[in-house]
Amino acid sequence: MSINQFLLYWNYIIVIMLMMAGLYIIISNQNFIKKLVGLTIFQSSVFIFYISLGKVSGGTAPILTGIEDTVYSNPLPHVLILTAIVVGVATNALGLALVVRINEAFKSIEENKLLALKKKDGLKETST
Amino acid sequence: MNLILNNIPALLVAIPLLASAVVSLLPSARLAWGVAFATTLICLYMAFELTDIISSSQALTYAFGGWEPPWGIVFVLDGANVYLVLLVAFVSVITTLYAYAMLAREIAVEDLPKAYAVWLLAIASLFGLAMTGDAFNLFVFLEISALSSITLIALGAGQDRRALLAAYNYLIIGAIGATFYVIGVGYLYAATGSLNLIDIVDRLNELGTNQAAITGLAFMLAGIMVKAGVFPVHIWLPAAYSYAPSAVSSLLAAIATKVAIYYFARLLFGIFIDITQLVDFFLLYILMPVSFLAIFYGTIAAIYQSDLKRLFALSSIAQIGYITFAFSLNSHSGISAGFIHIINHAVIKGALFMAVGIFALGIGSRATMLSMQGVGRQMPITFAGFVMAGLALIGVPLTAGFISKLYLFKAIFETGNGFYVALIALSSVLSVLYLWKIFEVMWLKEPLKPLKIDKEPASAYVPVWLMVAVIMIFGVYSGDVISSGIGAANALIGAR
Repeated sequence: MSINQFLLYWNYIIVIMLMMAGLYIIISNQNFIKKLVGLTIFQSSVFIFYISLGKVSGGTAPILTGIEDTVYSNPLPHVLILTAIVVGVATNALGLALVVRINEAFKSIEENKLLALKKKDGLKETST
Repeated sequence: MNLILNNIPALLVAIPLLASAVVSLLPSARLAWGVAFATTLICLYMAFELTDIISSSQALTYAFGGWEPPWGIVFVLDGANVYLVLLVAFVSVITTLYAYAMLAREIAVEDLPKAYAVWLLAIASLFGLAMTGDAFNLFVFLEISALSSITLIALGAGQDRRALLAAYNYLIIGAIGATFYVIGVGYLYAATGSLNLIDIVDRLNELGTNQAAITGLAFMLAGIMVKAGVFPVHIWLPAAYSYAPSAVSSLLAAIATKVAIYYFARLLFGIFIDITQLVDFFLLYILMPVSFLAIFYGTIAAIYQSDLKRLFALSSIAQIGYITFAFSLNSHSGISAGFIHIINHAVIKGALFMAVGIFALGIGSRATMLSMQGVGRQMPITFAGFVMAGLALIGVPLTAGFISKLYLFKAIFETGNGFYVALIALSSVLSVLYLWKIFEVMWLKEPLKPLKIDKEPASAYVPVWLMVAVIMIFGVYSGDVISSGIGAANALIGAR
């Protein structure tokens, strides 16, 4: 595969880059809100992947034009992603709500501090 | 009546879903519980009706809105999932009964109607997961199930703030898993142009070996394994089960992971087994070693664990290991053994988590090896049920656990490798260790201090004993469970 052919798949290359960036943020970041941001980027990369799948080059939106031989893009992946976006929003909302509660309960949303506090809770429990 | 009977698959999801909307608006906690309990009873009745229909006509395809497959979304019921639906319905009735006594003591009264609403949402999504025959629809149910379980787990924060961290962890790991699953579905759709699981099989057979489809399989399996709590990706599970309110732990531990395991088996055996050699490779060289790691890691970690709820969560990982090990034998009897253990382990672990919840209520703090001294003597009725369920977990004869082990051994002997028998037997002996440790602390030691409650609440121990009764019935009259396991294997890989 020559470099030119490879670059023809640039949309998938971007998908992979976004996906890895998202995963890296989730794993490396200490801040719970930043982790959620990473999760959103990770999910968005999959949305773009689906949308790329459904695109037919030269195709238009799948609305009957009345002209014969019109090329239409495949609407199904786009509709699926509409559902997945809604799911992603719900996940994010719940995640942020949890972060608010975590901040109220622990006064911190940094992972290393939370782990220390969690350990302290465990020690308190075994001593009483 | 016919209108109801013909639409049972849709109603099993729709009724709890609608009821959850109603329940969230109810003013009184008792009324909310009543509606929730009535809903689960209706679901149990419908699940029984379904088993009648399936046993007479083998398989049932329910097309939503009259859109025939492969265009529309379908629910498919066959030997593999009809008993799973019944199991989900039964466990949800028992745990809802248990929740009446327990949930009110663990979370604020004004939150109770909303908690029951989420509870019903979780049950609805489990029914959907068990029945759907559409790869993308499954993702939607997967996420409903994840979001509702996370909310239920986070409710444990009233007792222990660490529940919030457990819920957040589950949210992140679960969302990554679900997204992996969606990537897999995308690959599969690109390769086959279909989302209907039965249609996908036909199209893959036409395609032959296809790189995109195999990549899709890998992603889908990875995603489902996260939800099922299979060993290397189980890390969300122990914390989530141990900090959730006890009614929630018993519901989730009993059925939430089981439904994901069922789908894991369906992906492997129902769809991909004939299409690629990689499935055989995966079963033998990846799933089998990982299952043994799960069995020994779960059991040994449980021996060293002092917190009772976490201990049983770790033991759940080992038990899931038994199920995946049975699948990895890649034979008819192996799949049957796996499905038999899915049912038996669900009732056993449900009973154990419910009993631990009552002990924790009795002493008014978390149930640990230190705080539990002599509690068995103070709460003899619950403790007797707890011991029976514990014996079933080891696999003592006359309990359901024995039937599981028996069929697991039978499946191993058919493959002809006695070494596995030794390993499974060793792990069973190790599981005796942690159960004996609990028995010793709870029964042989003197009680530390009087209980926080006057006597054992009957509304809490009756569900435990109902579950124990089922364990005993399955241990003695095991015919139905065994035939359901064999029926599942028949449905997945054909009668052999």
